[in-house]
Amino acid sequence: MENMNTMELRDIVIRFSGDSGDGMQLTGTLFSNTSALEGNGISTFPDYPAEIRAPQGTVAGVSGFQVHIGAGKVTNPGDYCDALVAMNPAALKANRKWLKPDATVIIDGDTITEENLKKAGFATLDPIAELNLDGYNVVIPDITSMTKAALADTGLDNKSMLKCKNMFALGICFYIFNQPEDYAKRYIDSKFAKKNPAVAEANKTAIDAGYNYAANTHQFANTYRVASAPLEKGTYRSINGNVATAWGLIAASEKSGLPLFCGSYPITPATVILEELAKHKNLGVKTVQAEDEIAGICTSIGAAYAGNFAVTTTSGPGLSLKSEAMGLAVMAELPLVIVDVQRGGPSTGLPTKTEQSDLMQALYGRNGECPVVVIAASSPSDCFHYAFMASKIAMEHMTPVILLTDGFIANGSEPWRIPSMAEYPQICPPIVEQCEGDFMPYARNENFARGWAFPGKEGLQHRIGGLEKDHLKGSISYDPANHQEMTKTRAAKVAKVADVIPTPEVLGETDADLLVRGWGGTKGHLEAVVRDLQEEGKSIAHLHFNYINPLPHGVEDLLKGHKRILVCELNEGQFASYLRQSFQQITFEQYNKTEGQPFTLVELKDKFNSLL
Amino acid sequence: MAEYKYTPADFKSDQLVKWCPGCGDHAILNAVQRAMPEVADALDIPHHKFTFVSGIGCSSRFIYYMKTFGFHTIHGRANAVATGIKVANPDLSVWVCSGDGDSLAIGGNHFIHAIRRNIDLNMILFNNEIYGLTKGQYSPTTKLGKITKTSPYGTVEKPFNPGELVIGAKGTFFARTIDAEVMLTKDCLVAAAKHKGMAVVEALVNCVIFNDKTHASFAGDKATRAENTITLRHGEKMLFGKDNQKGLVFEDMRLKVVTIGEDGYTTDDILTHDAHTEDTTMHAMLAAMKWPEYPVAVGIIRDVADSNIYDVKVEEQVAQVKANAKIHSMDELLHSGETWEIK
Ligand code: SF4
Repeated sequence: MENMNTMELRDIVIRFSGDSGDGMQLTGTLFSNTSALEGNGISTFPDYPAEIRAPQGTVAGVSGFQVHIGAGKVTNPGDYCDALVAMNPAALKANRKWLKPDATVIIDGDTITEENLKKAGFATLDPIAELNLDGYNVVIPDITSMTKAALADTGLDNKSMLKCKNMFALGICFYIFNQPEDYAKRYIDSKFAKKNPAVAEANKTAIDAGYNYAANTHQFANTYRVASAPLEKGTYRSINGNVATAWGLIAASEKSGLPLFCGSYPITPATVILEELAKHKNLGVKTVQAEDEIAGICTSIGAAYAGNFAVTTTSGPGLSLKSEAMGLAVMAELPLVIVDVQRGGPSTGLPTKTEQSDLMQALYGRNGECPVVVIAASSPSDCFHYAFMASKIAMEHMTPVILLTDGFIANGSEPWRIPSMAEYPQICPPIVEQCEGDFMPYARNENFARGWAFPGKEGLQHRIGGLEKDHLKGSISYDPANHQEMTKTRAAKVAKVADVIPTPEVLGETDADLLVRGWGGTKGHLEAVVRDLQEEGKSIAHLHFNYINPLPHGVEDLLKGHKRILVCELNEGQFASYLRQSFQQITFEQYNKTEGQPFTLVELKDKFNSLL
Repeated sequence: MAEYKYTPADFKSDQLVKWCPGCGDHAILNAVQRAMPEVADALDIPHHKFTFVSGIGCSSRFIYYMKTFGFHTIHGRANAVATGIKVANPDLSVWVCSGDGDSLAIGGNHFIHAIRRNIDLNMILFNNEIYGLTKGQYSPTTKLGKITKTSPYGTVEKPFNPGELVIGAKGTFFARTIDAEVMLTKDCLVAAAKHKGMAVVEALVNCVIFNDKTHASFAGDKATRAENTITLRHGEKMLFGKDNQKGLVFEDMRLKVVTIGEDGYTTDDILTHDAHTEDTTMHAMLAAMKWPEYPVAVGIIRDVADSNIYDVKVEEQVAQVKANAKIHSMDELLHSGETWEIK
């Protein structure tokens, strides 16, 4: 398997692209898992069309999967790619703009037909010239016919043979990037061997055929290898943000000893969390697929009242629908985690695309003075940690917590060193078991959290609700001074959470020329570019936020020493406005983007350089 | 049968009841407080397991007057919140108090879906055909043409009949009562509690302030009620009137009111009420009967045993999955599936 001209690279980005039915997600996943098993760092991102089955062969129907492989930890799936595998002209066209200048392009020659070119919207019969690909390393193997030839003896029908095209392409990639085939073959066996041994064999044969084709034809002048660099020791698995979120919630249920309840309603891109939770009844999880978003949160509020650890999951439009009920949870002072997987908005917006534009809604989108804790996860795997912390804070401080993730980290995946649950703290909510004398439902502990007395506990019968309450008894109170006190207390309770959250660390000098500030899912991109520039000797630093409300203690000190501060976010400046309100003496510049896409490393670098 | 020997006083909170004098809700509260001791003993439910949930509206203040666990939620959402409570802890006896605006307008979706799921809630639907708390706007049950604050020239939309809605959604229990009939109300509530699955008790209540006498034409006083309502009891003939001289027969595919001894009708011709039949046809017809053509049906109209009870099924599924599962802890889940070692 050693090749003559093998080039060592620090990292490489490959994009697999084809029709939604071409199996690109599987191809990409097999490739990235193989690299992970070889000890590389990886980060991946799927790019689905919004329609389930958009017309075949059109640009709208293109489905992609990007893999970023590197030596050591990889923090983002990359933007411009070193290699593109296009299963048809539409895939080539859709991804043209994402090619690095010297990229390798592999396109199935059999698909370059007049009909396909027309469907993909080409004006001429020469897609390579039309897309200006001279100077790129373009290879045009006849993948379809070679796959069929390789499988001619299998007795499979034409359709089944065509389904193996993606494995042929995978075989080519294994050759070019010096990756072994055995993991992919094992995976195929585990998935298909029992049900359909002929299909399993055909897929494996197609991998070999692709590999041998690439090795024998000298079409590929060079092959590449990404050095494996030591990652932290441990057992790893691949995880995406939505699954990590679901698991973080289950972990919190285990650590609190309270059953997990999730009332939710399907919505892109959050649905996978509900689906994942629904699987784990073995761990005591109860899910209610509610009749609407409002019922989703309201069933959860009921469950929280009744003593379960309750969560609800949604995306932007659903968060809007849940606002009134969130106010009830604030008034009733019940623990509740609301997960918002942000997508492009407003309204239906861009359901399958990413954005960070729900921040203001999360902070303020309710009637009245209605503070909640807001936390944001920043990578696929740290969704686990922040889901756990959101849950811990909700239960221990008796408050709703909004956990913001986004379509990018929710769907993206990366290797994750599996933590031991022994590393995670116990969760100790202020549950009231009994009381002497009259029970005071709104009496508070040192965190200003009230006692949690579930129905079914003898002697603790009490009434709560959305009307303003007496500060101790919880009975209805229209007293002006009491309302003032309760308003301040609810705010103080949320502010008090700052005592238990860590101050973020500056990556770099504390007196840099440029401090890059971000929050949530942009972390991987910002960090990678800042590190790059630091290696070039630039005076640049990065400060990233996961705890948004309340802000951690000591943030002001971290901001003071830098010459310029640039707040980068995928919206029109919501976090920047929030910071200006919190730190009025400090000047914040903005760098914003609302294209439904993550920042690209290239544009970030250009922007930072322009300010240095 | 347990013997808690609670009294109505055990269910009275210390809060001053603030409904208008003469409001029909007072009588329902009275009936509920009388029903609870009976329910406790019949179903072995200790006091601390009773939980009342309400939405928004005059009747939704109900929970503050009960000395039980209570949750006064937001407009329309009582059924959704109660669903969460019941699924989280199926051991509780969960009661929903909600009005015609709360459950049939803003909360209509939760209402029909709670019924469809057949979750074991007991719901009292206070129907006074008006928005009381917001001071007199028409509701989804207000009679066509009624002049209210928001329909100064009369409404131009037809009302819902809650019973038809419940039965249409394949509800397993529907009863109807009248505020003044405290003992009937109590009986309906006890039957609702005994019913496994979603039980809806529609209480026809009078709003003295904004919709006075809306039910008076058939429910005004005892004599009127005797002549213009029919109290249905499972297994008994559908007879009504002061001396039970009138009854219902089924002719030409519809119900018909007849007088015993007239036109050759005898007691034998009169229909016998079967509340337990799964078929909804007769129940729907009975629930739909409108005065003056028919007497208004009260009592337990439908009470069908159906083993598909949502909260029970959820519990069963969790237990079953747990019993067959290979993964029993978070650590096991974390290490399940594909993993690899970096040394
Ligand atoms: S306004 Fe009507 S419904 Fe409300 S309390 Fe008064 S009488 Fe009862």
